[in-house]
Amino acid sequence: MNVSDTALLLARWQFAFTVSFHIIFPAISIGLASFLAVLEGLWLKTGKVVYKELFFFWSKIFAVGFGMGVVSGVVMSYEFGTNWSGFSAFAGSVTGPLLAFEVMTAFFLEAGFLGIMLFGWTRVGPKAHFFATLMVATGTLISTFWILSSNSWMQTPQGYEVIGGRIVPVDWLKIVFNPSFPYRLVHMALAAFIVAAMLVGACAAWHLLRGRRDAGIRKSFSMALWMMLVVVPIQIAAGDAHGLNTREHQPAKIAAIEGLWETEHGGTSLNLVGWPDMENETTHYAIKVPHLGSLILTHTWDGEIQGLKSFPREDRPNSTIVFWSFRIMVGMGLLMLLLAVLGLLLRRNARLYEARWFQRFALLMGPSGLIALLAGWITTEAGRQPWVVYGVMRTRDAVSTALTVDQVGTSLMIFVMVYFLVFGTGIYYMLKLMAKGPNLPRDEAEGSSSGDTGLGRDRFDHRPLSRPTDPIDE
Amino acid sequence: MHIDLPVIWAAIIGFGVFLYVMLDGFDLGIGLIFPFFDREGEREVMLNTVAPVWDGNETWMVLGGACLYAVFPVAYSVLLPATYLPIIAMLCGLIFRGVAFEIRAKARRTQHLWDLAFIAGSGVATFAQGVILGSLLQGIDVRDGKFVGGPFDWFSPFNLFTGIGLLLTYATLGCGWLLMKTEGELQRRMAVLMRPLTLCLAVTVGIVSVWTLLGQPGVAARWLSMPNLLFFLPVPVLVLACVVGILVAVKRGAERLPFLLTLAIVFLGYSGLLISIFPNIIPPSLDIWAASAPRSSQVFTLVGAAIVIPIILTYTVLAYWVFRGKVRQGDEGYH
Repeated sequence: MNVSDTALLLARWQFAFTVSFHIIFPAISIGLASFLAVLEGLWLKTGKVVYKELFFFWSKIFAVGFGMGVVSGVVMSYEFGTNWSGFSAFAGSVTGPLLAFEVMTAFFLEAGFLGIMLFGWTRVGPKAHFFATLMVATGTLISTFWILSSNSWMQTPQGYEVIGGRIVPVDWLKIVFNPSFPYRLVHMALAAFIVAAMLVGACAAWHLLRGRRDAGIRKSFSMALWMMLVVVPIQIAAGDAHGLNTREHQPAKIAAIEGLWETEHGGTSLNLVGWPDMENETTHYAIKVPHLGSLILTHTWDGEIQGLKSFPREDRPNSTIVFWSFRIMVGMGLLMLLLAVLGLLLRRNARLYEARWFQRFALLMGPSGLIALLAGWITTEAGRQPWVVYGVMRTRDAVSTALTVDQVGTSLMIFVMVYFLVFGTGIYYMLKLMAKGPNLPRDEAEGSSSGDTGLGRDRFDHRPLSRPTDPIDE
Repeated sequence: MHIDLPVIWAAIIGFGVFLYVMLDGFDLGIGLIFPFFDREGEREVMLNTVAPVWDGNETWMVLGGACLYAVFPVAYSVLLPATYLPIIAMLCGLIFRGVAFEIRAKARRTQHLWDLAFIAGSGVATFAQGVILGSLLQGIDVRDGKFVGGPFDWFSPFNLFTGIGLLLTYATLGCGWLLMKTEGELQRRMAVLMRPLTLCLAVTVGIVSVWTLLGQPGVAARWLSMPNLLFFLPVPVLVLACVVGILVAVKRGAERLPFLLTLAIVFLGYSGLLISIFPNIIPPSLDIWAASAPRSSQVFTLVGAAIVIPIILTYTVLAYWVFRGKVRQGDEGYH
């Protein structure tokens, strides 16, 4: 008994929809959790109030994002059972334990220490509190480790045998550390840091544009731009290494990304833009740069890249989609690099906090981290099709046999409504919080020391180091 | 020596699910009795009693699901399609509720809407869990390790009733928790609410038990045959004793005992469920051995569980210890 194509399509849409929404929140949480740990560490080290104020401010936004990440993630794990029970029954013996490890080593750590991080200021000492923050940040990274291991295994499976119609794990080390795992892990973790840095930078830019010049705003703008300057080039290098790895293990994905149909000998050119046409096996309106494809993907002048035509039709991923999602990702990355470099140039004469055009640019770039992340995610996931476990299990065999169009259609509709309503409002609140900005005590802005007047501060007036006489940054 | 991994895993998952019911039970319960409390600051105090821990509580459900997926993938791929719509409803309920937790305190103008989201989310999630529980107790059609029933098999009077039963269970747990964590007028009103809740819960537990025995000859045979009857008889007797204990304790103004006795009732009911279905993981025909993942998966995950779960328990207890004591109005709470 096979499920109808419509049900399969709807199940795929549902997964794509829920995973796309979900991934936004963990990306923000991973990046912000580390940022929070850095802020608190700096506060403990230097005693400067500005770090603590920034910590409070971003921990609120973190909390909203984290909450949404948790609940949207729960949906994902149950979807494997409801819509994809074919996959669960066949490959659950590998992906299940990895997920279980994620829950045991990461989710509990985050959830267990989140309470102390958010509400424990008056209940534990500063060191214990910092420890809690570190645990939350570590938890988000451990979570990244397991989920990327699982996803990478589905992309480049190894360490298993198929016995009696289902996958039996043989070598767990090989499964966890599969060939594409290190590349994906680094690429994803850096992406999360970039997402957070872009949001922090854009938030600061917004307040700079509105005339705020206090220490907290300047500090966040500066920190975000330093972060970008360091991380974006590393990310570009990591992405390049990931590309070489993908060419080795998933050549069809590379061909689809490049919109490349024929295997060219003596050097492959790169389609800068174009419109890959799956029906007619050609890329329309292609603007080509000779040898550039070989140069990027093989790091040689005339390296050979397999064209899509060398794969059977039913094994080809949709080139039209991944061609463009990939270019959106790369385009965003280049713009980010431009932003970071311009930031460095502007620092020279302290023009960073005055150049309005640059602040507008930084504000516009706020969502670029998320856009690049989603585009990259689409590239790698759509590029894996038609396989759910690459070369082992096709997506159409992964869907639940009992799935009906009514069920999956109804649940998709419900999810779309609930997600837009709930997460839409949640995102709105996150933006609102950001627009409000950190609550620096007035004296810091005005240079007097009239005591705690900022909103929300009286609640923490027994904080040992937040005396108004404390020196303010810079 | 041969180690029967599926049995060990059934015990771990059983333990995890029980912790979930116990922990998320009382924080979902707070959402269920939310409507009765709307005086100045009451709701804030109620939320603040669980704000630092609810996230961890809910993680036990994720653990149960993930471990079921990891070590009993067949059961997972049967149970979830069989209870498709209740699962979706539960997830949506948890979404509304989880986001309401974060946003309620920050929203001024729309606070009443987030209260509603919190109440409805808790209600829908709990009811759906009860329906899933009922479906499990009633049995699911399985052939060759696959679910072969219809999309609305879960929709039966019995399952809807277990949904109501779970609503009452969680509400009583929530009420008991707040009796312990609050003081003054709010605590007094909790004590007033605790009595009818406990009585309704007792009646519901009785009806579910009898209904199960009447509807499931297999279960009835297990409970009512000798000498099982003697072994299992303490279960219903202890439930009755707990109910009486709660009523007396509330009357005497005890603060912790009602909550602990409610937990005892939950534990007894849960062990009753396990007695009824073990060693099946999906009654009536799928047992834990047939539902198992390959041995290598079970071993790998067990190594992790053996190391990590004690650590988790340690810092979970630590987190509860850090936030021990009464919660008062105006206490530092949600941002």
